[in-house]
Amino acid sequence: MKELTLETLIAVFQEIFGAALFWTMVVVALMITLAFIFVLIRDRSVEARYLARAELSAPIGAIAAILFVQYMTNSGFSDLGGPIDIIVLMLTGIAGAGGLTFLAYVVQAFMRQPEKDR
Amino acid sequence: MNDLDHLTASRRAFLGMAAGGLALAGAAGPARAEKVKTTASIVILGAGAAGTAMANRLVERLDGAKITIIDARKRHLYQPGFTLVAAGLKPADYSVSRTGDWLPRQVEWIEEGAAEIDPEGQKVVTTGGKTVAYDFLILATGLKLDWNAVEGFDMNMVGTGGIGAVYAGPEQAAATWGAMNRFTDEGGKAVFFRPATEMKCAGAPLKYTFLTDDYARRKGSRGRVQIDYHAHSGALFSVPIVNEKVRMLFDDRGVNMHYKHVMKSIDPGRKIITFSTPEGDHETDYDFTNVIPPMVAPDVIRNSPLPWQDGKWVNEGWAEVDPETLRHARYRNVFAIGDIAGVPKGKTAASVKWQVPVAEDHLVADIQGRLSPEIYNGYTSCPLITRVGRAMLVEFDYKNNLTPSFPGVIAPLEELWISWLMKEVALKATYNAMLRGKA
Repeated sequence: MKELTLETLIAVFQEIFGAALFWTMVVVALMITLAFIFVLIRDRSVEARYLARAELSAPIGAIAAILFVQYMTNSGFSDLGGPIDIIVLMLTGIAGAGGLTFLAYVVQAFMRQPEKDR
Repeated sequence: MNDLDHLTASRRAFLGMAAGGLALAGAAGPARAEKVKTTASIVILGAGAAGTAMANRLVERLDGAKITIIDARKRHLYQPGFTLVAAGLKPADYSVSRTGDWLPRQVEWIEEGAAEIDPEGQKVVTTGGKTVAYDFLILATGLKLDWNAVEGFDMNMVGTGGIGAVYAGPEQAAATWGAMNRFTDEGGKAVFFRPATEMKCAGAPLKYTFLTDDYARRKGSRGRVQIDYHAHSGALFSVPIVNEKVRMLFDDRGVNMHYKHVMKSIDPGRKIITFSTPEGDHETDYDFTNVIPPMVAPDVIRNSPLPWQDGKWVNEGWAEVDPETLRHARYRNVFAIGDIAGVPKGKTAASVKWQVPVAEDHLVADIQGRLSPEIYNGYTSCPLITRVGRAMLVEFDYKNNLTPSFPGVIAPLEELWISWLMKEVALKATYNAMLRGKA
């Protein structure tokens, strides 16, 4: 690749998903992030109970993300050929785990009001 | 502090932070260079990968130029997808889009072929009889698959009798998958080869050999399948270090290798392919094959004064350009990009991505009266599929040096899943971004 700029990357991702889906996903990811920051500020702390429950969903997110990528690309675990492949697999898992954890935390935090007596 | 106050204060802080973030994101965009004013007439022959990318980039660089693109083809073909179609992984229409959808509005598209080029008079005559004058001419015609040079071959045979032709087009690639799928069910002898001319994506014949082997293994029929690969020269691939790796992999997969075999004719009735070799003609039977014809410059280029006048390409007709600037050796206002360029490497879409900005900058520099420092080093890239799910990301230049894009991260001569992911997911997207002049 000649020059890998942010502009090129955005152009490529737009082509992968289509402009509408790509920007929708960016907006959704931003909204979840902002919602997380919002509840952090509102609650003034990370609620351990929400986090603990949210973390339970992490393995599901990780496995789902990996299987999704493999399904979309006609490939499987036996195709892993070198260290970089393991790293890509782990990053895919971490992204899926992180995404679902954030989402689960935010959903719980919105469903329940913060403690009244603080 | 009561709850309501708490919430309001938090919201304000939150909104402030969000606004700050957006402002930062907005400021990070790159500054656009000012467009160059000109009244030059630029004619681009061909609206394939190179011509379309060039049209979109020139529109961004120039203000007031009259840009005309001449191409009769209404379909734009994403050719790197043909292998995936022929492997049964994508439908034929995966490779098909409309030419017009990629062309910028500011460019005039003449939906005719080019019939005649007069570089002395600086004009092009179209198949419809229109005469188009130019100040700059960009050759992006692609090449001609010379099917007539394959004795005994008829395009209607593709998909029947074990005959495939991945290069012929998306429909033929899909028909080839049908034939390969049947062959790997039934077993028999697969015969693969490549032409002795320059060719686009010299890795493609190898990929299809690997894929046929892979399907036979997956189906459990490899024991009933014989695979023979015939190289036209003494090597499987022109880059020595890649050649050695492919030889090792073929050895590992049980592919029989033959050298200095140039395919001459096919007899579908007797199921015989004839190769010419230094020892004379050699006949071999086949149950499945992927016919790849000689590749030459299109007639409009061959019949013009633009091809090499001497040397090894006299009979193939590639445009005589400087390998580093892609500027024509005898007509300074003519450039050639993509398959038609008479340079030793670079008949891939990845090469186009590197060639177009170079030719573009030399053209714009001419208009501005400056010298361009841009140079094309022969960069060519090929995600060499070695089975479904794995590929080697092979990148090299004129000197046969490997030029890995991600040194130390993606090893060039390793069969990797990440290289397959790139081919499957990122490549078409990068290609499309390139067509739009964005990559």
